Amino acid sequence: MSEPRLIEISPVTRVEGHGKVTIHLNAENEVDEARLHIVEFRGFERFIRGRLMWEVPVIVQRLCGICPVSHHLAAAKAMDMIAGVDQLTPTAEKMRRLMHYGQVMQSHVLHFFHLAAPDLLFGFGAPAEKRNIFEVIKEQPELGKRAVLMRKYGQEIIEATAGKKVHGTGAIPGGINRNLPIERRDHFLSSIDQMIEWSKDAVKLARDYTLEHEELVSEFGSFPSNYMSLVRESDGALDLYHGNLRALSSTGDTIFDQVPYTRYHELIVEDVRSWSYMKFPFIKTLGPEAGWYRVGPLARMNTASFIDTPLANEALQELKAVTSGTPNNSTLANHWARMIEVLHCVEKIRELLSDPDLQGTDLIAKGDRREEGIGVIEAPRGNLIHHYKVDEHDQVTYCNLIVSTTHNNEGMNRAVKDVAVKHLSGKEQITEGMLNHVEVAIRAYDPCLSCATHALGQMPLQVQLFGAGGELIDSREQCV
Amino acid sequence: MLLIGYGNPGRGDDGLGPAFSEGMAARALPGLEVDTDYQLVAEHALAVSGHELVIFADAEIGGAEAFSFRETGPGAPEVLGSHSLVPETVLALCETLYGARPQAFVLGISGYEYGEVKEGLSDKAAANLEAAESFFLKWLAGEISLREAAHA
Repeated sequence: MSEPRLIEISPVTRVEGHGKVTIHLNAENEVDEARLHIVEFRGFERFIRGRLMWEVPVIVQRLCGICPVSHHLAAAKAMDMIAGVDQLTPTAEKMRRLMHYGQVMQSHVLHFFHLAAPDLLFGFGAPAEKRNIFEVIKEQPELGKRAVLMRKYGQEIIEATAGKKVHGTGAIPGGINRNLPIERRDHFLSSIDQMIEWSKDAVKLARDYTLEHEELVSEFGSFPSNYMSLVRESDGALDLYHGNLRALSSTGDTIFDQVPYTRYHELIVEDVRSWSYMKFPFIKTLGPEAGWYRVGPLARMNTASFIDTPLANEALQELKAVTSGTPNNSTLANHWARMIEVLHCVEKIRELLSDPDLQGTDLIAKGDRREEGIGVIEAPRGNLIHHYKVDEHDQVTYCNLIVSTTHNNEGMNRAVKDVAVKHLSGKEQITEGMLNHVEVAIRAYDPCLSCATHALGQMPLQVQLFGAGGELIDSREQCV
Repeated sequence: MLLIGYGNPGRGDDGLGPAFSEGMAARALPGLEVDTDYQLVAEHALAVSGHELVIFADAEIGGAEAFSFRETGPGAPEVLGSHSLVPETVLALCETLYGARPQAFVLGISGYEYGEVKEGLSDKAAANLEAAESFFLKWLAGEISLREAAHA
């Protein structure tokens, strides 16, 4: 009889930040347990205390090198509330929305074309030397160029609205500090039709993959769960920037709907487990066992009643038809959902660029100051909550953040276990391709593990095997 | 010439790259285009393709000297992700996508403290930054040859 073993995958590659997967095998080589660990403590909530409220929207961008704009906007929304502003000027809201759509678009494009495409094109078990963007480009060079230009377009939108790529200052408490000059608008308009066409192609690519691999997609890391996101206040449409909270069960039953996000703490409880720095949120009324939920692109497709841009809505209806209108529980369908959101964002950008409010000069609203503010946004990876309290000197005294990856913590852990059980149990040899199956399941959530530290000298993937007594049996580094 | 400084200024010495590029940008040196970013990403390949000479400035872990300066070129990725794109990967993308192969150098400035969410450089890293700036300005002024610089 073989000894029980512990397999570690650390760090998880092609995932933003640092994580580690441990898979515990019993004496029969069956998977006993599989966990995704977050191996660093973010400590940001403590770091932000004492800071002046005016600088918070800028400082929070240091949380993450991947989605700084989402943190910038969520913090700005919280500071709007503290500044007593419940309604931004039209120019301010539209500039912020433009910034947000640019951010979501470029983030999704990066994930799909550069991180996920090698897995999707070559298969999860393909050799390491095949699973990278260069091989994708070799097979489909035009795709590689499009991805770069789409990313660039989104980044330029961010720069035009936030002021600069790093540490933008566009959104400020109560509004925005700039409008969009006509010449910048015309620059973006000149290639918007191309962006629409490429986004439609991207949706088709993701859709075709999902439908052509129906069996794999419906089986791989898939399981029923609850779903939560913001939806538009008036009609439940997809709204990435603002709205109320809606949660549905795996069968589409309403758990809560149109609840103002300022009441998030009445709905969600954050559970703590000893083996991870990342909390495990759940819906209070359902408890920790039944109340965990997923957020992100697929969750938003499940919760949204419809999309208010025609091309993306058409794509949404096609996605919904696969599961006859009930929530889609297939983890890998996130890729299709992500591309529908790219199309939606580009349609929204086109709509906004034609709106003269973007050249308005009424940038800031004022109101009666409050001591507490909550800002919620739908970031690329899902729902993002920023909650602050400030004292009479405008200094932050309390900060609580629930980031998308935290919302998805339980879902990712279940996906890891599901894949590990199906692909690793009973096998005598653990191959690199099999390990990659586990990573693919995590990557589908596009998790951002809040690191963004990347100095030269970083280690590649490490795999360690431990014996029953905890002794290291084998250790190797591999390139993925 | 294009200078790209990258890193997260909210992670202590990981901010060495941005501190270097922002310092150079503030000097408005003729002929030097400066970009600052959190990390290297795919579209840097496009930016790089438009230049004959590119400098990547980053924090370096475990460096023996205050800084290192080495020539580099396109290379297959050991780890590929937006999080961990390295200069060699950007150069390879540049060559593959746009057929351009600029001369490229990596300026690695030694840093020591990365773990905490923290603004500002450690004292030793700040001194290394100063040394790297002094070296780079001399190199730009032609006081250090390309051959000498590559052995810095």
